[in-house]
Amino acid sequence: MFKKYLYISASIFLLVMSLAFIGDDKYWTITKEDVKLDFPKDFPKPIYDFKNNTPTPEGFTLGRKLFYDPILSKDSSISCGFCHQRIAAFAHIDHPISHGINGLLGKRNVPPLQNLIWEKEMMWDGGVNNLEVQPISPITNPVEMNEDMGTVIKKLQRSKVYTTMFKTAFGDTLITSQKLLRVLAQFTGLMISSNSRYDKYMRHEDTLSKTELHGLQLFRDKCAQCHKEPLFTDNTYRNNGIAYDSTFKDSGRIKITGDKKDFMKFRVPSLRNVEMTYPYMHDGRFRNLKQVLDHYTQSYTQASHADPILVKGISLTEQDKTDIIAFLKTLTDKTFLYDRRFADPNMVRY
Amino acid sequence: MPKQLNILFIIAALVAAMSFTAPAPSRLVLHFENYVGNLPLKLDSATYKNKLGQTYTVSKFKYYISNIRLCRKGNSSHLDTTVVDGYYLINEEDPASKEIVLKGLPDGKYSSITFTIGVDSLHNCSGAQTGALDPVNAMFWAWNTGYIFLKMEGKSPVSTSPGNLLEFHIGGYRTPYNCIRTITLNMNSVFPLADDVTVSVEIKADLAELFKTPTSIDFSKLSSVTDFHNATTIADNYKDMFSIKQ
Ligand code: HEC
Ligand code: HEC
Repeated sequence: MFKKYLYISASIFLLVMSLAFIGDDKYWTITKEDVKLDFPKDFPKPIYDFKNNTPTPEGFTLGRKLFYDPILSKDSSISCGFCHQRIAAFAHIDHPISHGINGLLGKRNVPPLQNLIWEKEMMWDGGVNNLEVQPISPITNPVEMNEDMGTVIKKLQRSKVYTTMFKTAFGDTLITSQKLLRVLAQFTGLMISSNSRYDKYMRHEDTLSKTELHGLQLFRDKCAQCHKEPLFTDNTYRNNGIAYDSTFKDSGRIKITGDKKDFMKFRVPSLRNVEMTYPYMHDGRFRNLKQVLDHYTQSYTQASHADPILVKGISLTEQDKTDIIAFLKTLTDKTFLYDRRFADPNMVRY
Repeated sequence: MPKQLNILFIIAALVAAMSFTAPAPSRLVLHFENYVGNLPLKLDSATYKNKLGQTYTVSKFKYYISNIRLCRKGNSSHLDTTVVDGYYLINEEDPASKEIVLKGLPDGKYSSITFTIGVDSLHNCSGAQTGALDPVNAMFWAWNTGYIFLKMEGKSPVSTSPGNLLEFHIGGYRTPYNCIRTITLNMNSVFPLADDVTVSVEIKADLAELFKTPTSIDFSKLSSVTDFHNATTIADNYKDMFSIKQ
């Protein structure tokens, strides 16, 4: 009798366990549906169109593994995901500037990774002109991952797991930098945020409160010339009144173009998920959104190189600021922040 | 199978094989030979002097050659041009890289060769590339996307850079800092290219020209170019770095 109970409970236990495993598998498995190119209808045509790099479940899965693997750094200590945290829309919460290999400090705030395929150029100064070549920058930067591209390829070639995964994704075991860069682009390129409450409001699937709506109206009036809907950036470089910091010596876009007019201009960042990406600006100088709005309502002169819109002046009451902040928080996209496709496969599911 | 059929098969196979031994295609081999003045370049061990008499050594010398165009006199009197696709990285450290073999060019009397030093703007913007343009070749700027067209590194006692280094990384495809330069060299004597013929052309690249004309470089004032600052000055200097040795 006792034996019978033992058998029954053991088999129930096994059944539950295997069900849990099946469930988990589903969580981590990337299907064809998961990598389908399905762009939000109200977004413009993407700039990076995956023409020579159609995402596949195998390619994406490999890109995900690489994104979270410190093997890409010199001493295997830092992965892309170390700096780009999923919960912060792949920015880095609470760090004004990035920390890299051996705790070395970078010069800039880690930006979120979202809607990258609509970006003509990347980085705060637009120095990178194609999503595929972007990872070469952190991999080879001495204060980020400090590795050499040739060595990365050799390290991957020595790994059984990776030769197998590259074979599954590309049909042969030869690992090249192009394949590495393309699978990373499959992974980061599909990071699309288009399901915030704002988006749902625009699609008539949700409503916004009176405060939020007033914030939206003010935003369209005062901010949207630069932070243009629906991407919340017009992809231009502007001086938003940020003062030059003589310790960082970061003068922005001028470093890329050599054009004096570009002194202290930075790429207009998207404000999607801005609630999660604090601190703010290229060097993380503002801790919270209130400080950002206080910055915008200061007065600027021509001499400060500020954009004409700021020289003309943006005036907001304290209530206006509160309302704009309430609106900005409707840009938080929980669907994206908790999207299982982008979770670290080494982590326990949460 | 009957014997006769077997023999027939062999004959058929032989005939087929014979008709396939077409004449070998012509080959044009471009040998790039790096010099400093009149001396063949020697990495590390040899000491050279610039126009101002400042001494220097060379530890690295690499550059991209692309968009090769060959001019030949066709049957009529006008010139025909053949464009060769491909990007070639000439690297002093890698002897094989200094030989560009072009096969199957049209027959004709070749009179001049034109090529670009650098990489066209399209290929500076096209994402991840392979072959000579693979970023593993360390001829790629990551922070400001684009290829380094020419890389010369070495040392000079008058250099004020750490370790007395000389570092000339020249690239950039955007105006006004475009460093792509096009070079045309006339063949000293027009050479014929036809089936079964291999012709070698030796192209001399004089590294000393980087620092000579039109702008003489003073290593105590300029020992490092790694972005657009001063890049076009060096590009204008390398424009006349090549000549044909025959
Ligand atoms: C040490 C921290 C760090 C690591 C590691 C890191 N990044 Fe970044 N990432 C940054 C910073 C800082 C920036 C902004 C740099 C700038 O503007 O100069 C950035 C920018 C980016 C951007 C451009 C975003 C935009 O909208 O402009 C992408 C894409 C990106 N990183 C992807 C990656 C990938 C892929 C990896 C791994 C190969 C990686 N990052 C590793 C800190 C890091
Ligand atoms: C003239 C164009 C312009 C206008 C108008 C403008 N911004 Fe910006 N905004 C920028 C630029 C450029 C940056 C990046 C500056 C930097 O990083 O130094 C920026 C950065 C920000 C950031 C930081 C984002 C991040 O991820 O760090 C926030 C938040 C922001 N703006 C909100 C607003 C709001 C709210 C308004 C309206 C009151 C507004 N902006 C008006 C150009 C503009």
